[in-house]
Amino acid sequence: MSLPALSLYVFLFLVPVLNNLRYALTKWDGIEEPVFVGLDNFKKLATDDDLATKVLGNNIEFMFWVVIFQTGFALLFATYLVRNTRTTLFFRTLFFFPTILSSVSVAMIWLFLYDPNYGAINTTFKKIGLDSFALNWLGSEDSALYAIIFVQVWFHTGQMMVIYIAGLQQIPAELYEAANVDGASRWQQFKSVTWPMALPTSAVVVAYTTIQSFRAFDLVYATTQGGPNNETSILTTMIFQTAFNEFRFGYAASQSIIMVIMIFLITGLQKRILRTRY
Amino acid sequence: MIYKASRWLGLTIFSMLIVIPTAIVVLGTFKTDLEIYDSPMALPLNWTLDNYRRLLDDGEILTNFKNSVFVTSLSVLITLILASMVSFAIARMMNVTGKVLFVLFSLGLAIPGQVNIIPIYLLFNDLGLTNTYHGLIAVNVVATLPISVFILTSFFKEIPNEMYEVASIDGATHFKVYRSIALPLSKPALGATSIFLFVICWNDLLFPLLLITESAKKTLPLALLDYRGEYATSFSMIFTAVLVASVPMVIMYLAMQKSFVAGLTAGAVKG
Repeated sequence: MSLPALSLYVFLFLVPVLNNLRYALTKWDGIEEPVFVGLDNFKKLATDDDLATKVLGNNIEFMFWVVIFQTGFALLFATYLVRNTRTTLFFRTLFFFPTILSSVSVAMIWLFLYDPNYGAINTTFKKIGLDSFALNWLGSEDSALYAIIFVQVWFHTGQMMVIYIAGLQQIPAELYEAANVDGASRWQQFKSVTWPMALPTSAVVVAYTTIQSFRAFDLVYATTQGGPNNETSILTTMIFQTAFNEFRFGYAASQSIIMVIMIFLITGLQKRILRTRY
Repeated sequence: MIYKASRWLGLTIFSMLIVIPTAIVVLGTFKTDLEIYDSPMALPLNWTLDNYRRLLDDGEILTNFKNSVFVTSLSVLITLILASMVSFAIARMMNVTGKVLFVLFSLGLAIPGQVNIIPIYLLFNDLGLTNTYHGLIAVNVVATLPISVFILTSFFKEIPNEMYEVASIDGATHFKVYRSIALPLSKPALGATSIFLFVICWNDLLFPLLLITESAKKTLPLALLDYRGEYATSFSMIFTAVLVASVPMVIMYLAMQKSFVAGLTAGAVKG
């Protein structure tokens, strides 16, 4: 019974993973015979590739801010909306809504809002006389990455909020009652009940958000394609470009292996940090 | 007091951040470009369907729409069938084979499918599978198999063993137990998984971008990218295309909110 799934999976996942390892050891334009170069690709990546270093930095910065803001806002809104009432259900439905859109649709919406000349953000600033706030959001090297971080957080906070709500609803009500009897303020209740009790949920949210940040290809590709001057390029868009714009398949394969290693390292590190806190 | 005020302030701000862009897009589909640029939030001066007419006339949006429906529904259906079969086998096999299978599929959760774009592209090129629906569907199925196996296996394991045993005693084959006991009992799990898969496949850009270049075969997200190039700064046309591409999801979401939220979070939590 497992044969159909297994054969497809082996043929289109496991074998490609192994092939990828093989390609990473070659110099190959995809047309002529690949030339075996050993670990040269990895050496070049580590020591002599400013672009890759910059892109790795971008990806880590992207991940860092998205994890902080998305987790923070998701937890905040979850505490606001944890009880089941008509009002909270309405807000939950609304906040979750962006999750169902495609990255490309989201990209198109924000391309308009961020547009330097016609966009709603800049025309609003200009109307109320704040011309100096009207930036070239996606076009300038200073703001582009942050503009995309904002969109990513806007896009997925609702989904993480729902996970938090499910987690918070598991916390026994007696803990809050006890805290109330002791005269604890809202902030103290949050600090000594909600936060520690929600740590396992936080671990899930942080891990998922981290992997999401490495997979944000669609959003970045549809908004800036990594520009301006590679300021918003993340690992996946760089791999795509190396392979399909520059036709350096071997080198791109080695980049994608570095990406897997990065994901393993970072999610492993996070697990350690969150586990010591339990 | 402060808590209440901050609560309403926070909820209002995030609501506006979602409602305003949505309103701009929906209203924009009935406006001219100039109106969108001048007053994006205002109601249209003259409600017009010109954008829709133009999109239907000179775009291939209906073709793209059909492609998306075809590719997505077949991908979801095949994934569900294959994943439920393998999950049933894993859940029922308490031996080494079951464990090995589970580990193999878990590997696909740990390694994102995006890592494989190069070998997949080269393989599909060799086999002449680029620009084919079955190629794209196969890739979709493989990309979503691990998460589906993960969700469904944990569900099948929750079904009490006695349920299976009763049937086995009656002499039912493995397949019969799967079909007449496991599947009917797991309707909720299958439903949640299918919604999750539907959203992923309908919205995916990477694999169509990698494998489809013929415009008549493009799916909606890929076609949207083309519209952006074609209509450059004509946001009225882009908004109309965005709306057409999003409408099926929005309708499904509003009709089955609970299953949607459950499905999409199950994918995240279990993943």
